[in-house]
Amino acid sequence: MSSDTLIDATWLDYLLVAIYFGFVLGIGVMARRSVSDSIDFFLSGRSLPAWVTGLAFISANLGAVEIMGMSANGAEIGLSTFHYFWVGAVPAMLFLGVVMMPFYYGSKVRSVPEFMFKRFGTGAHLVNAISFAVAQLLIAGVNLALLAGIVHALLGWPIWVALIVAGAVVLSYITLGGLSAAIYNEVLQFFVIVASLLPLTLIGLHRVGGWNGLTDKITAASESASSASEAPAAAQQLNAWPGEALSGFDSPVLSVVGIVFGLGFVLSFGYWTTNFVEVQRAMASDSISAARKTPIIGAFPKMFIPFIVIIPGMVSAVLVTEMIDLKNGGTPAGGASGEGVAYNDALLLLMRDVLPNGLLGLAIAGLLAAFMAGMAANISAFNTVFSYDLWQRYIRKDHSDDYYLRIGRLATVGATVIAIFTAQIAMGYDNVMNYLQTLFGFFNAPLFATFILGMFWKRMTPTAGWVGLVAGTLSAIAVDRAGAAGVFELSGQGTAFLAASVAFVVDIVLSIVVSLVTKPKPASELRGLVYSETPREDRTDPNEAAMPWYQRTLPLAGIALAMVIALNFAF
Amino acid sequence: MPDMSDTTAADDTAGKPHKAGLFDIRNIIGALMGIYGVILVLAGLLGEHEPEKTGGINANLWTGLALLVVGAFFATWARLKPIVVPENVEAPDDDPTRPAPQRKRPPVH
Repeated sequence: MSSDTLIDATWLDYLLVAIYFGFVLGIGVMARRSVSDSIDFFLSGRSLPAWVTGLAFISANLGAVEIMGMSANGAEIGLSTFHYFWVGAVPAMLFLGVVMMPFYYGSKVRSVPEFMFKRFGTGAHLVNAISFAVAQLLIAGVNLALLAGIVHALLGWPIWVALIVAGAVVLSYITLGGLSAAIYNEVLQFFVIVASLLPLTLIGLHRVGGWNGLTDKITAASESASSASEAPAAAQQLNAWPGEALSGFDSPVLSVVGIVFGLGFVLSFGYWTTNFVEVQRAMASDSISAARKTPIIGAFPKMFIPFIVIIPGMVSAVLVTEMIDLKNGGTPAGGASGEGVAYNDALLLLMRDVLPNGLLGLAIAGLLAAFMAGMAANISAFNTVFSYDLWQRYIRKDHSDDYYLRIGRLATVGATVIAIFTAQIAMGYDNVMNYLQTLFGFFNAPLFATFILGMFWKRMTPTAGWVGLVAGTLSAIAVDRAGAAGVFELSGQGTAFLAASVAFVVDIVLSIVVSLVTKPKPASELRGLVYSETPREDRTDPNEAAMPWYQRTLPLAGIALAMVIALNFAF
Repeated sequence: MPDMSDTTAADDTAGKPHKAGLFDIRNIIGALMGIYGVILVLAGLLGEHEPEKTGGINANLWTGLALLVVGAFFATWARLKPIVVPENVEAPDDDPTRPAPQRKRPPVH
């Protein structure tokens, strides 16, 4: 093995990676050929049990964001990263399951723009379809950048070669049918990732002398830090609240407000309730009750995932030589991007230092799978919205099915090429989480405002739908640019939280004002789309009352909520 | 998680029901975890220990054993409560955003 690669993998590691891809492609090929009516049954939609869709639901999200971004965050700012899970995910997932899922499942929409079309008509549909397509391309770039980073770390290829090769791999994965069985793959991926990250965490903690050793080392590193270090004080790194390091606010009170409203409400509700890459997993379940339980069941593992992504990041920052140097204000060379070590590399470097060959292969398989599946999901979502929501509806109507399938294939290739360029933007960020939260602020925060108002206020008009979206996105971009230009000073992910909050408020206020002066849709068209116009029996599953308590939606949600509150007090 | 299982299909109309077998996702999970478990156990017993990386633990061996237990759990679960596929599965519309076998033309808005 050449020594100029970041990670020295052996044949054993490659064997484990190859077995994983054998499984994934094997399932894909079988699904494509539909050799068995039983696989038809599973993949045909609306037939999967809630535990499968629940795992797929969080696995669809357990990609670039979670694994690299959260470990980078853990290495950089420590325990306040937990907020992304306990404040920034679980409550929103419970809300999605309890309140919003009946509308999605009941209205049988297949994409976010389609829901917008049913509720608000053409204007909001067009705006949302375009912004959704752009967002998917940008997020695909993040996944591609991380995928290329692993290829670079493994094989030592120049980063641009790695980008092109990684893009080609994703294209062939889509073409070979790996996506056909996406839910199967996601559930498998979940187990592979846990099977590699859990040992990584345990061994890492063992190496630094357990939890106490970790806190001692973080405290010591913080006390002896050089003046060039921008790392937050040890007390901030070792307590989740008030999380100044995360929000960038100096005042603890403002910080808590920023986290609860900016992250906990706007960003996370916006992300979890409108992100159809995830929500669609629930649509594949076998009943409205299972659909509602999907995000709620997903919330249980979600609560504990931070322990296996954030803690390795923190361990990496006190154990790996390069990470210690970086946190101390240095600029160590190397890293997955080839342009110096960044916080994004925390996990890869820790894997290099503590995993023996064998386990290393398992970890590589898990990471490759997560980023590849993540990017493939972004690209296929783009493909759909581009071909059917944009091309067919607004550019070329009434052509043959083959025509739109061809357009779809071209869109897939085009999107992959574009992602190679959007990956360059993502690589410009030292901590990929900052970039992703910024994107979510632009796209998801206004969308959530429009969704939530549109679902609960039947008076909201079609004009208000698109005006709110446009103004919300523009105001988030304005805040972000103002922050970049130095108009105000917020470190961490504070700018993204502020941009998202502003977008949300602007969207809500404008939507209300515009609604009051324009004409609403007749109430008869709003059944299944607006709360007050949807009869109760459309929203609940009549069979659910007969189930034991642990299979019912509300008791499960209550338990999840109690557990997450307890975790917040414990850390 | 195991208790959440409501995997048995309720609609079991006519003819003899057949089981999902290989396509039951629990069997797929069990197989992958089992294969990984065997390889890691062998690597732990026969390969280099690299104790300088792990701090003295044979990580491959222990992870391999844990994976074998997980694999066995899923295989047993699938065997004890097999999924029965209903005779007549109504083929729903394909979902173009959700990858699945493309059988019908994607819906037109």
